[in-house]
Order: sequence, then structure tokens, then C-alpha cells
Amino acid sequence: MADSQSLITVRGISKAFPGVVALERVDFTLRKGEIHALMGENGAGKSTLIKILTGVEQPDTGSIELEHTLIRIRSPQHAQQLGISTVYQEINLCTNISVAENIMLGHEPRRFGGIHWKKLNEMARQALLRLGIELDVTQPLGMYSIAIQQMVAITRALEIASAKVLILDEPTSSLDANETARLFAVMRALKQAGIGIVFVTHFLDQVYEIVDRVTILRNGSFVGSYDIADLPRVELVAKMLGRVVGELQALAQDKARGERQPDERRLIEAAGLGLSGMLEPLDLAINVGEVLGIAGLLGSGRSELASLLFGLTSPDSGTLLIDGQSVTRFSPQESIKRGVALCPEDRKAEGIVGDLSIRENIILGLQGRYGWFKFINRQKQDEIAEKYIKLLGIRTPSPDQLVKNLSGGNQQKVILARWLVTQPRLLILDEPTRGIDVGAKAEIQKLVLELVKDGMSIVFISSELEEVVRISDRIVVLRDRAKVADYDHAVSDRTLIQTMAGEA
Amino acid sequence: MNYTVFFRRIRESRLFWVLTAWAVILGFNALFIPEFFRINIQDGHLYGNLIDVLNNGAPLMLVALGMTLVIATGGVDLSVGAVMAISAAMGAVLINPAPGDKLVSNEILTRNATNTPLAIIVLATLAAGTLCGLWNGLLVSRAKIQPLVATLILMVAGRGIAQLITNGQIITIYYTPYFWFGNGYILGLPVSIYIVTAVAIIAWVGVRKTPIGLFIEAVGINPKATYYSGISAKNVQLLAYTFSGFCSALAGLILSSYVHSADGNNNGLNYELDAILAVVMGGTMLSGGRFSLLASVLGAMVIWTFTLSMYTLGVPANALLAGRAVLVLLVILLYSDRRLVKRRSVRADTQPKSAVITPDENRDLPRP
Repeated sequence: MADSQSLITVRGISKAFPGVVALERVDFTLRKGEIHALMGENGAGKSTLIKILTGVEQPDTGSIELEHTLIRIRSPQHAQQLGISTVYQEINLCTNISVAENIMLGHEPRRFGGIHWKKLNEMARQALLRLGIELDVTQPLGMYSIAIQQMVAITRALEIASAKVLILDEPTSSLDANETARLFAVMRALKQAGIGIVFVTHFLDQVYEIVDRVTILRNGSFVGSYDIADLPRVELVAKMLGRVVGELQALAQDKARGERQPDERRLIEAAGLGLSGMLEPLDLAINVGEVLGIAGLLGSGRSELASLLFGLTSPDSGTLLIDGQSVTRFSPQESIKRGVALCPEDRKAEGIVGDLSIRENIILGLQGRYGWFKFINRQKQDEIAEKYIKLLGIRTPSPDQLVKNLSGGNQQKVILARWLVTQPRLLILDEPTRGIDVGAKAEIQKLVLELVKDGMSIVFISSELEEVVRISDRIVVLRDRAKVADYDHAVSDRTLIQTMAGEA
Repeated sequence: MNYTVFFRRIRESRLFWVLTAWAVILGFNALFIPEFFRINIQDGHLYGNLIDVLNNGAPLMLVALGMTLVIATGGVDLSVGAVMAISAAMGAVLINPAPGDKLVSNEILTRNATNTPLAIIVLATLAAGTLCGLWNGLLVSRAKIQPLVATLILMVAGRGIAQLITNGQIITIYYTPYFWFGNGYILGLPVSIYIVTAVAIIAWVGVRKTPIGLFIEAVGINPKATYYSGISAKNVQLLAYTFSGFCSALAGLILSSYVHSADGNNNGLNYELDAILAVVMGGTMLSGGRFSLLASVLGAMVIWTFTLSMYTLGVPANALLAGRAVLVLLVILLYSDRRLVKRRSVRADTQPKSAVITPDENRDLPRP
């Protein structure tokens, strides 16, 4: 593990947050002059690892070595002083001051007690030139594209902090192809200079274009570090999702769904539905009492599809029919009226209202549907809450417990309850089982199948393929924000993975 | 019941700290200014400091009611003082139309009569303030301007509008029926107390016996999740700001009636700050969420009990503000004691001890 080229060596790092283990005994080595991709699905622990490397979080156990010296990274400032710099997806520079000022901020050359502007501009220009970028550094940063801003941020990290390690957290997510190519040119130049780059991205193509090695995390644990040349795409995706390719073929089609004949009635029919920049136009049909699985990697457009179906965003092309009626106004209120409900992916930010009680959270959806004038009185609220707490097995001492104090699985059940109360006809579940323990996962899967038996239609989005395959009647595969395939439930995991990776 | 649970429940109650603050002030008064508690009966009316607390504090209590709902949605309404001035000006002008370019004899201006029916005056006054609230609500909910900025506009412009209405003059009111709101008595108690009680009860029923209270709290805690649940955060905000405007209008009416004049510059001056203070003392967080109307009213009561106690004690008006600052500090510290301690310990942990830290500092750590 400890080779002479290593810049950062992380051994056995663990980190637990209340109720969830974010990282468990993760090892990671970054060598001099390499570009190292960090990959994994949401909740895999990438951001926690980065937070530890940048001093935002302190690990519970494990050690970090920088150039063979054991260190403790106390704070983000400390990390910079040690030579570990980070450029985040959202650039934290000032767009209203000049490029040169942004680069040199806090380290301005001085003359006669004032700033030596000429020298400052020259220094900034030279710094950019070293990365092969030529700019008018006196222009405000906001004049330039995001890609240039990103490179300015990199320049600043290199100049000011004399970084040895550069962490790029999804730098390409908002860049187009040309801009990405420019960024990659800069990254290659840095690599030549012996700087170690940690590159977080979700784009497989980019990984294979520029990366030397890749470390894969899954559910907070370390899957492995590989030379990219030795790792075929299918293998990479399989490792991210936690499958062994050989095993996949052997895996029997153990369908939990049983022999169920879906209804032939159409509930949802989308034709050419899309929103530029978010989702390429696609056709989609969902029958009554059917589970439609959506498979795709992070960033493939799966959550975008959910938000279009639920009316969080309005499409700019195509039509959406619910029950044969065309949807013209896209808003959650409208969708709920039509019987569509969404359990969002980001449970904390979009799902629960943490400081309200379980009871209040459960009735929120129904009360929202009833509007301002039809009040669910306290007695009725208690009845509903008690009923669903029992039905879904929400573990809590009382319905008046604040939702923020519940575990992830129970919070998810509360949101499920919120929608079940409204008796929707289409329930969209976006990553309903993420970050919750195995027991609760199984319960939620079971519940989904029971709901379908009662005639509800379900869109099931999950990054866990096994789950999708087990539950779904049909599976739509998304890749790079477009629909690439539509399989029936007999599809094999291998085919799915190949489709997701773009090799089919 | 378990004692610790019992005391914890009391301490976590929204009313606990505000009642404690009130009790401390009253206890102080009992020791040093016992005459504070004296209540006399004259002509069948009750008089005394405690009655004054209620009567003088009535406008603030009303404003605090409206402010509570606004703050609970996660916003703030800085314009309440200016709205009070606008509605006061509206009332005064309707009693005494005084066009600036016409010569009006003193006799007309000072007569105890009006051409406008009292009901119209009151309705117009309330409508003016409610419209101001609606304007704030539209700016916040539809134009998506930050509440602080949106209401700052009317806070500044409102006093100008009030002066436009009164033509830049301080209008003294001589029409006695109008004085009833601020000086009248029903069954020995000031009219304003009944008004506050009525508004408070209506507001309480309005938020707790309908879904509105739940919607307000949900919007204040997590607007995104609330939107995803199919609730229009926009209309919830609009309602809160409009109600705040209505409350301010009523407060302006009572205040101008009490002081017999409308002064665009000074009616309701600093009420926005006192109202925010009252709400915060009542345990509603400035970030929004859970609220208690009663606690906010009690907060306003604490402020006025303190003010009048200081007057009774003979503290000069300038020193009073400093005294009030101490009160504020104490109450706020009581709320945040635990957080303050926690914050300090975190800081000590994360901040580098010296300005410059080199990797060499890690030398003292054991090597593998």
C-alpha cells in the first residue's frame, strides 16, 4: 500500500453520524502526478471522505498520512496550509471583482502601503499562463464562463496554497464538451507537474478519458482501488452497484413480484415529454396497478423524470396524459389533485418537515389537498396518525414525536404515510430505500407490492438494481438524461448494467 | 409524574421564559415600587400602572400578533411602525379633511365634529393598513423579494406616505367619539384591552382551528417539503403579511386615538423592533416554525411592564433604552444558553491556535 510515490495515504478511516455510518474502514492512496477518480452512488461516502480530507469533518478512527507524515487535518484552512486544496462544484469566488484579484486575494503584492496593481495583474497573468490559459485578468470574473471560473479557482488553489493535492468535486457537471476538454487540458498539465488530483464525477466517459486510477465506494465502505486500464466499464458499474458480473448471469430471476397480471388500463401516457438541459424527450406509459422501475446511474435523469411527472418542473416539449386527460398546468398541487404523489430523493430537504410531529407530517399531504377551509380536526388527525403508524410499523413512542428525531427508515415511512393517506393512483418513489437499514428496506419493498395489488401504480427509482429488478413489472433505463431502453421484468441484471454503462 | 420530566416540560414550554421574565420584573416592583400595583377606581373605571400596561401596551400586542405569524413563516415585517403611521394619518385626515392649498380656519380644524361617519373612518383606516400588508405579502410571495428588503421598502416609504396623506402636518384630532378606542372604558376596563383580546382569540381560532397554523409552521420549517406536499407557500405568506398589516392598522388606530393626533414621523416609531423582540421573547424563532400567539402577547406585556416600571422608578427616558437593552440581552441569553456553550467548545476545537501553521506542527504526533 505504502509506495514511495504516495502523496496521501488514508488507512481505515471510519466516520459515523447520528444514526448512520457514513464511512467504514476506508483506505485510499493518492500518488504524485496521478488523476484519481472517486466514484460511487449517492450516499456511498464520497463527500464524507472529501470532507475529511479537507478538514471539514474529523474521522472517528483511522489515519491520514501526507507524504509519509502522519497528520491530523483540523480545519479547511489547515488543509490548505498543508497543501490540500479543493475546488467545489459551486465556485466560491467573487464574480464581481477581477480575475487577478480573485487569484491573488489576501496575498496582494504591496507598494507604498497600497496594492501594487501592476505587479498583481502580472503575477495573476503568469499564474494562468503556466496552466496554458490566456485571459484579460483585469476583467471581472463574472464575465467568463463557468469553465474559466473553475480554472481560475484551480489557479488560485495552486498559487496561494501551493497545493500538492487538488480535489475537484464534480467540476464538469455544468460544463459542455468544449469546456470539459479545456479543463482536462489543465488537469493534464497539473499531472505533469506532479500534483495529485482527486476527481469526483459521475460521467463514465470522462473517467475513461482522463483518469489513471479509480477508487470505488459503496454504502460507506471501500470496494477497491483499480487501474482504470484494467477495469472494463461493466465491471466498474457492477462494482458501484455491488454486483459481481459473473454472479449476475448465474443469479436466478427471483422475482418477488410473483405472477401478477397487470391491468391493461393506461394511467399515464407521456409522449415526447422532455425539458431541455434536464431530460431528453421520451415516451412513457404506465398501466394501472403496475410497477415501473427506473434504472440509471446518478445524473442519468431519473430524478428529473420524477420531477416532471410530479409537476415540480414544467416540460418544454411533449405531452403528459393522466387518465387520458392532458396536463396543462404543472404544479405539485395539480398533480396531487390528479392522484399523483412523490416521495422525493432528498428526504431531509424535500420530504420531512423536521420540527413538526409525526402526526402533523402524516396529515400534511391530505390537509394540503383539502385546502384551507376543510380542517381535519385533532381527533381525526390522531386517528389517521395512529392508523398509519401501525400499518407501516413506524417505531415511535408517540405520534407527537418530532420527525427529525426518527431514524431514516422511519422518516421514509412517515412520508409514505403522508401520501398513502391521500390515496394516490400513482406513487413515485425516488430512492425510497436509500440510507435506511436492511429491515426497513424489506418492509418498504413489501409495502410497495401490497399497494400495487390494491391497484396503485408505482414508479420505483432506485440505484440498487436488485431492488428494481425484484419489484418492477417493466424497467426503463436512463442514461445521460435520455431513455435508452424499456425492458420487461424478465431482463437480466447483466443486460441492465450493460445498458446503463452504454455498452449494449 | 417524574420530577425531571415535569420540569423539562415546563422549561421547554414556549411560555416559560417569558413568564419568568415577567415574574422577575413584577417581583422587583413588589420590593422596590409597591405603588406599581395600586389600582384605583374613579368614576367606575379602573386606574393604575397595571391597567396602563394593558392599555399602553395594546398597540404593541396587536402588532406582535401579526408579527408572530410573519416570523413563523420565516419572514419578518419591518414596516409595521410605518403602517401604523399610515393608518393613523388616514383616520385623522378623514376626520378633518385639510387640503393644503385651501385656507382652512382654525375653527373648522379644531371643532369636535366630522363629515365622515365614524364607521367609514374606522373601515378606511383598517383598509389602508391591510392594503399595506397585502403589498408586503405580494412583494414577498409573488415577486420573491427577501422579506427584510421587501418590508424595508414600506418601512421607509410608509412614513413618507403618511406625511403625504396629512400634507406634511401633524394633525391634532378634536373629534371626541374617535378617542373611545384609545381612552374609552367598558365595564371598568379600557376598550383597547377588549380589542386585543378579540383579535387574539380570532387569530388563535383562525390558525389553530383551521389548517392555517399548520401550513404557516410547515412553510417556516421547510418550505420545499411543504411545496412538495401540495401546499401553496405563496398564499400562506400572503395571508401572514396581510394579517400583519391589519394588526398594524388597528394598532395605529388605537395609538392615534390615545394620543389625539396623527404624526407621520413619530406614530409607531420603533414598533417593528419592539414587536420582533416581543415575538422572540415569546419563543418563536426568527428562522420560522413553531409559534405561540399568547407567548408573543405576553412578550409585549413584559416590554411594557418593564417600561412603565422604569418610569415609575423615575428613570429618565434616555436611560430607559439602555435598561431595555439589558432586558433584551437577558431574555435572549436565557434562550440560547446551551447553544452558546456548545458553540464555544466547537470553535476551540476547529480553529487553529496560531495564525500560521506549518505541517511541522504535526511532529508531536506519533509516527506509524
